[in-house]
Amino acid sequence: MSELPKARIATASLAGCFGCHMAILDIDERLIDLMQLVDVDRSPLTDKKRFTQRCDIGIIEGGCCNEENVHVLHDFRRNCDVLIALGQCAIMGGLPAMRNAIMHSDAPLRECLDEAYITGKYIRNTTHNVPNDPALPLLLDEVYPCSQVVEIDYQIPGCAPSGDIIFDTLSKLLTGKFRGFERDMIKFD
Amino acid sequence: MSGTKKETGFTFTIDGVEITAYAGQTIMEAADEAGVYIPRLCDHEGLRHQGSCRVCTVKAGGRSVAACTQPAAPGQAVENETPHLTKMRRDLVEMLFHEGNHLCPICEASGNCELQAMAYRLDMTEATKFPYLEPCRALDASHPDIALDTNRCISCGRCIRASQDVDGKGVFGYVGRGIHRRVAVNGENLADTDAQVSDHAISAEVCPVGCIIRKRVGFAVPIGEREFDHGLIGHDIEEKRK
Repeated sequence: MSELPKARIATASLAGCFGCHMAILDIDERLIDLMQLVDVDRSPLTDKKRFTQRCDIGIIEGGCCNEENVHVLHDFRRNCDVLIALGQCAIMGGLPAMRNAIMHSDAPLRECLDEAYITGKYIRNTTHNVPNDPALPLLLDEVYPCSQVVEIDYQIPGCAPSGDIIFDTLSKLLTGKFRGFERDMIKFD
Repeated sequence: MSGTKKETGFTFTIDGVEITAYAGQTIMEAADEAGVYIPRLCDHEGLRHQGSCRVCTVKAGGRSVAACTQPAAPGQAVENETPHLTKMRRDLVEMLFHEGNHLCPICEASGNCELQAMAYRLDMTEATKFPYLEPCRALDASHPDIALDTNRCISCGRCIRASQDVDGKGVFGYVGRGIHRRVAVNGENLADTDAQVSDHAISAEVCPVGCIIRKRVGFAVPIGEREFDHGLIGHDIEEKRK
């Protein structure tokens, strides 16, 4: 793989906690090897907000909880050959998806916002309103896993995934050797 | 089987491996003894077989049967780990994940959970084809020592059989039919039953998921050091073969 052109990678964090991006840093010194193989395009790691050109691999952290997440995810699908869902939030909604099924509630989103901004015991919200500035992206009725919004090619499980599984998967994908995960690397927590 | 309990063994094969069985043994019982692991969720050592989760489905004589309830037969050729059966099992486990609210990152059973461990074993890592049903189910924390988070219940009925057959109590039972069939407690809530934290039905080994929770012990063993963090489910059975 001496003279292979470098692959372009883009990453984004949607409804996630940025833990999966932190986990990318857990690759540690192997990042230096990885950077021999890739250039990073749009990503919080480079602070580029838009794609500069088409990418080989897009890595998505987090599911979709608002319309902006959906726009970004569509943008990634359009601009990336291979799209990877990184971590449990991207794969199945994760912690944000707890708001999808709140016990005894017919309107879980309303109940969630009321609890967070109005009725919760420890809230100091002097306006007693749920934030509704027009600049805020509209919340979706539910939190959706990425695979229910666009087609996802690979999913790297974990919360957060280990640096090992991320490095292993990326380096194998980049060299065309990916044939699935080692069983002892698969973790959902 | 009474009177002259003559243990005359016979043989059959699982994936070409010759297995010795005795009259009255199920395919799974014989396989366990021989060190061949057949995945299962609703079956548990010491409890009567139920055959409801169908994760243990094998092909015997070309027909799909539940290995935990199907008696072994002489000369039978059983298929266990074929790509077809593994895919079917993975789909079954995936549907169980989708039928309840199984959020591994927030579940205190993570790492000890047989459903999760089965997903690991069956490589459940591809993007899902199924919708998430996300039911709104009740949490019952009424009992001083036990909590029930039925969001995680997979209706395997192990607690029902443990409570009835081992504890002689009947704390749990099935209610409803079809997709609405659920495990319920015999009372308004758990505090109204005679359930005790020392019951076999409440013990850590009976509930395969994080539904039956013993209070105040949840994270005594940290995530990462739990039963299935360092060994695939079924490896204890498979090790017998070596």
